[in-house]
Amino acid sequence: MISSTTKHLFIKEFSSYFKSPLGYVFLVIFLFGIGYLTFEPGRGSFFYMREASMTSFFRYIPWMFLFLVPAVSMRLWSDERKSGTIELLLTMPVTVKQAVIAKFLASWVFIGVALAGTFPMVLTIIYLGSPDLGVVFLGYCASFLIAGALLAIGGFFSALTKNQVISFILTVVVCFILLMAGSPPILEFISTFSPKYFVDLFESLSILNHFDSIERGVFSLSNFWFFAVMIMCWLYGNIVLLNENKAN
Amino acid sequence: MLEVNSISKKFGDFQAVKDVSFKAKQGEVLGFLGPNGAGKSTTMKMITGFLDVGEGDATICGKSILSDTLDAQKNIGYVPENAPLYEEMYVREFLEFIARMREVEEDKLSARIIDVINMCALQEVEFQKIETLSKGYKRRVSLAQSLVHDPKVLILDEPTDGLDPNQKHDVRELIKELAKEKCILISTHILEEVEEVCDRCIIIGEGEKLFEGTPAELKGKSSRGRIQDVFRSITTGATLEGVTA
Repeated sequence: MISSTTKHLFIKEFSSYFKSPLGYVFLVIFLFGIGYLTFEPGRGSFFYMREASMTSFFRYIPWMFLFLVPAVSMRLWSDERKSGTIELLLTMPVTVKQAVIAKFLASWVFIGVALAGTFPMVLTIIYLGSPDLGVVFLGYCASFLIAGALLAIGGFFSALTKNQVISFILTVVVCFILLMAGSPPILEFISTFSPKYFVDLFESLSILNHFDSIERGVFSLSNFWFFAVMIMCWLYGNIVLLNENKAN
Repeated sequence: MLEVNSISKKFGDFQAVKDVSFKAKQGEVLGFLGPNGAGKSTTMKMITGFLDVGEGDATICGKSILSDTLDAQKNIGYVPENAPLYEEMYVREFLEFIARMREVEEDKLSARIIDVINMCALQEVEFQKIETLSKGYKRRVSLAQSLVHDPKVLILDEPTDGLDPNQKHDVRELIKELAKEKCILISTHILEEVEEVCDRCIIIGEGEKLFEGTPAELKGKSSRGRIQDVFRSITTGATLEGVTA
């Protein structure tokens, strides 16, 4: 049951993306960037692959998000703490947990709007051939889930510091490590000083591996739970951190 | 209506507030005085539920801020220090947002917003962005947001700080008007303000309560009637000519 304060905070936060240039800059850069990368004249290009699928589109989503999502999340709490409005917010009848969830959901839905803005791509492949729309749908689900995970990480670092730039950089670094956690060079590096079970554990944290398997059309509950647990853990960390840091 | 019982707060080894107690009832303006860093804002932040209470408790209209936080907060209107506001919002939109967060009923919301806009003389800037407003107007918007849900207890942290003499006068007049039906706790280090608006005052220094009484009693401690001498004597421990401890 969502409380009315959570709902009103969600509405205020969501509409705030369209009241400042941030929302529009994000939408324009995201849509232009993902459009360019999908059709870029390389080996992974849509035209080169010659198939009515969105593989080339979804391949670049995590990398676009790696830089754009932290730009959205960096202001979530840093801004409130720096300007002191956190004092206004948390002395209203709203708990830290409700406030964290409302802000997170607002930013997540905003990224959802950005993803929805890529619908001409779906129309294009439907026009050009007979795509598997189930796979397309799962690709969008995976993209939305990866955005949620990166936003939750970003929210945590935004609560850690009042400085938005530091929050941005820390989020990009941690997201990059978690995206690349399953890649051979990183696993090899870790195996030089860690036991095998730790390397396996680290590999299982790879966001990209879970994203790839959903995006390919394989939907398993374990992948869904991975993102759900990832989001919940970082949000929990966000709540704890905010309770500790709010008055500093 | 507002009852603070042996409230204390430590930040690491630093004792910010130590065993402070006081009461205030409806229709009373309680001045909260002390030098910068004395613990005024920390105490207020604890009473409003923003900061966890270290030890002790505060009750607002019978609701404990420790165990019944959200219900206690519903009865509080709070103007934080420096009056922070969501600068990207328009004045009216901001007040509507606060009213909804404060659970003002939708059918009464519009009338209530008009009331506070009139009360705080914000008619001219109602449809302006907050970031474009002068400091005086920002203070008034902050005061308006604290009144929008018609709270029984008002907690004002230096509400006139940085205002010009005319604006200070306006805010004080508004406080006097509000005091008729509310319980107001106002922190300040402007001593003339205490004489003008407060029924009673408390002085704290280094986190401890050093004085509680009426402004007349405070003034009476100086044979020259200089309230600032009494304040200095109490907060610094200095012996000043004509001041009785």
